[in-house]
Amino acid sequence: MRAMKVRYGIVGGLILATMTFAALAEEQKTLVVGTITTPVVNNALGSGTAPGTPGTQVFAGLVELDDHFVPQPYLATSWDVSADGLVYTFHLRQGAKFHDGTPVTSEDVAFSVDTVRANHPFGRAMLGPVDRVETPDALTARFVLKQPHPAMLTSVTTLLLPILPRHVYDNGPIRTNPANTMAIGAGPFKVAEFKAGQSITLVKNPDFFMPGRPKSDRIILRFYDDMQSARLSLENGETDAILQTSFGYGDFDRLKKNPKLNVFTDTFAGLGIVDYLEFNLRKAPFNDLRVRKAIAHAIDRKFLVEKFQGGVTQQLEGPLPPDHPFATKDLVHYDYDLKEANRILDEAGYKPDANGVRFKATLDAPTFSPDGLGRVADYLKPQLKRIGIEIDRRISPDSATWAQRLSNYDYDMAMSQIYNYPDPVIGTHRLFLCKNQIKGVMFSNTGGYCNEKVDQLLEQASKETDPAKRKELYAQFQKIITEDLPYIYTTTELPYGVAQKSIVGLPKTVLGTMAPMWDMEKK
Amino acid sequence: MRAGPILAQTGSALGLLLAVVLFNFILLHAAPGDVAEAIAGATGGATKESLDEIRHIYGLDQSLPRQFLIYVGNLLHGDLGTSAYFNAPVAGLILERLFPTILLVGAALTAAVVAGTMLGVLAAQRPTGVLSQFVSILSLLGYSAPVFWTGIVLILVFASWIPLFPAQGMIDPRTSVGILPQTLDILRHLVLPTFTLASVYLAQYSRLSRTSMLEALGADYVRTARAKGLSEGVVVYKHALRNAILPIVTVAGVQVSHLLAGAVLVETVFGWPGMGRLAYESILRRDAPLMLGILFCTAILVIVVNTMIDLLYHVIDPRIRRR
Repeated sequence: MRAMKVRYGIVGGLILATMTFAALAEEQKTLVVGTITTPVVNNALGSGTAPGTPGTQVFAGLVELDDHFVPQPYLATSWDVSADGLVYTFHLRQGAKFHDGTPVTSEDVAFSVDTVRANHPFGRAMLGPVDRVETPDALTARFVLKQPHPAMLTSVTTLLLPILPRHVYDNGPIRTNPANTMAIGAGPFKVAEFKAGQSITLVKNPDFFMPGRPKSDRIILRFYDDMQSARLSLENGETDAILQTSFGYGDFDRLKKNPKLNVFTDTFAGLGIVDYLEFNLRKAPFNDLRVRKAIAHAIDRKFLVEKFQGGVTQQLEGPLPPDHPFATKDLVHYDYDLKEANRILDEAGYKPDANGVRFKATLDAPTFSPDGLGRVADYLKPQLKRIGIEIDRRISPDSATWAQRLSNYDYDMAMSQIYNYPDPVIGTHRLFLCKNQIKGVMFSNTGGYCNEKVDQLLEQASKETDPAKRKELYAQFQKIITEDLPYIYTTTELPYGVAQKSIVGLPKTVLGTMAPMWDMEKK
Repeated sequence: MRAGPILAQTGSALGLLLAVVLFNFILLHAAPGDVAEAIAGATGGATKESLDEIRHIYGLDQSLPRQFLIYVGNLLHGDLGTSAYFNAPVAGLILERLFPTILLVGAALTAAVVAGTMLGVLAAQRPTGVLSQFVSILSLLGYSAPVFWTGIVLILVFASWIPLFPAQGMIDPRTSVGILPQTLDILRHLVLPTFTLASVYLAQYSRLSRTSMLEALGADYVRTARAKGLSEGVVVYKHALRNAILPIVTVAGVQVSHLLAGAVLVETVFGWPGMGRLAYESILRRDAPLMLGILFCTAILVIVVNTMIDLLYHVIDPRIRRR
């Protein structure tokens, strides 16, 4: 009896010791990083944080933007630009290999350009000016342009142009290629496991061409669709970091006070996320500039920032956030003034009826940004009532419903959001170009705005290679938008990142969570 | 039993299954948007061409009746189809999620039946005692509190405030490889979701077993047993409980489908990687084949469990065996 007890004791002790040892040995090298669900890892097929987060770990691009928007060598060690700005020659790194051991060549670069142009939502905007990619030798890729393209270098970052191995992806229709999830790239991490709707396990690429990187052996990208759960998992240490959260702003202060957590906001300038009220300009009375002006005067941005967004965001008056490289301060201002708003509507002949109602309008909002869009839409209902506009705040059960209504022009007014990205060519133009009105496509020019002058300015700016002149063109554009008011801008959206204080080497980037986590490790 | 009734039963079950599939197919397609737009939404928009391409690849450009016929045709060949959102076979996606759901629902059902019955039995022995009052209050609380609320409160108390248990998921990815550490970790993750899901049913079973035990304890055969001089334990557990447990088993069988429905909420709150959460997400993504596949498998699961409960009767109640 006693011998048995001793035996149990020994066995138990051994098991415990093994477990502790194994746990200690393993835990140091694995990071658990939260992100949102993505159907694919291959970010040549889509933009945004969902594919962008794993994509920038698995693939390498020609360059990578640093935290000052400056392109740094990545797969390309250097590049030359011809005097007329029409030829970009990229010199590829010698010895860079894809995860399957094949070398990265200029053929792969040319193939990636074709793939992204055909499949990525910004493909045509970013790579449309590229006439052809010449491959004089395996390590030289020469981009020959139809016209000067100042956004060229921004467009060849990993986020926007991941370099795909041609022999893997040039294999029938790319949409159904299994390597979209079990992706093969040349980046710091390899995909070890893709659990649909749950997580992606990334393991260190031992042959990665940058010495000493990546620092961690394993990164588990865990999908969180419920932000409450994600927040809790950070607070009790189950998750090491979420580099771009969409928690409510109400949690910002609380998380900042947590001594175990590091809350940061300095890595998002390149996303340029803005919230705005959009109009269906095909319909009366929203096609009447005076109506839009009156509404602009009826929105108290200061109130929105302070009461709904915890003072984290910024008031916004034009298409670009104040910290965006192309933002201007020279805009038309619409001060919060209900009297002025009512006066404009009176003058325009929108007489209130017996109930004080001038006209009625529907208002939609998606569910993905409760503090930036949802609550602002809720706010607008009583607020616009004060200037005689009766709002039917249509509730969407999910963001798909909202997107469907907007992209099929079945709405009057809607709260909406867009990522401008580091260069306006990539994220901004799409909302304003006359020809970008494509029914059924979300994040196009859904409102139906068309101003030839604006088209001209954007066209010019997309070719202008002198940075100062280019900035001036965009300044003019921003001013005209605040005159025409196709959109009424409300606030910036400022995502914030949260990591355990024990995590060091967070990406130095302007793209939030869509940057290589090669220096991240647990100290 | 003759073949006739069995055939009729099978026929009506198949008809019901087909109706379930048809009804949900129509319902899901009545919702605005389609899976191509859901993919575009998750990946930052799309061009008209790529939307059309996605619709073409997954046959969404066909007419609805045709899509339905193709789906049913594949189903008859044992093919659950392909999820457009994940570009992966539905069968594989469901298989990945099947074990977590069975584990959660099984654990919750067991916990609810065992703990509920025990509480009910103890309460029935002293119908006016403290424990009995406690069971009544617990029943009321458990039955009236929605599971997602119970779940969130439990997370706040036992994962956030007093960090005894993990808040999310089924296993910590940092857990080392090996059967023992992983099993222990899964058990640790299982506690809160199981308790949450079990709470509603625990309340019901304790009430039910209390009532049914009270009735059994007042029956003639129990008085006879006592008169024979049997110990109280044998009287309560061998004579009374064995009879009192039948209604509980019956209710448990009926409630398996309720448990699966409850699992949707519990899985969502706890980030449990089960079928319920997958079903909810596939509705949001308008991923028809995946959602229909899950419903199909759930229906089969319910049938299997009910059959098992039927067999259990034979074990508990010898009278059924003799018939």
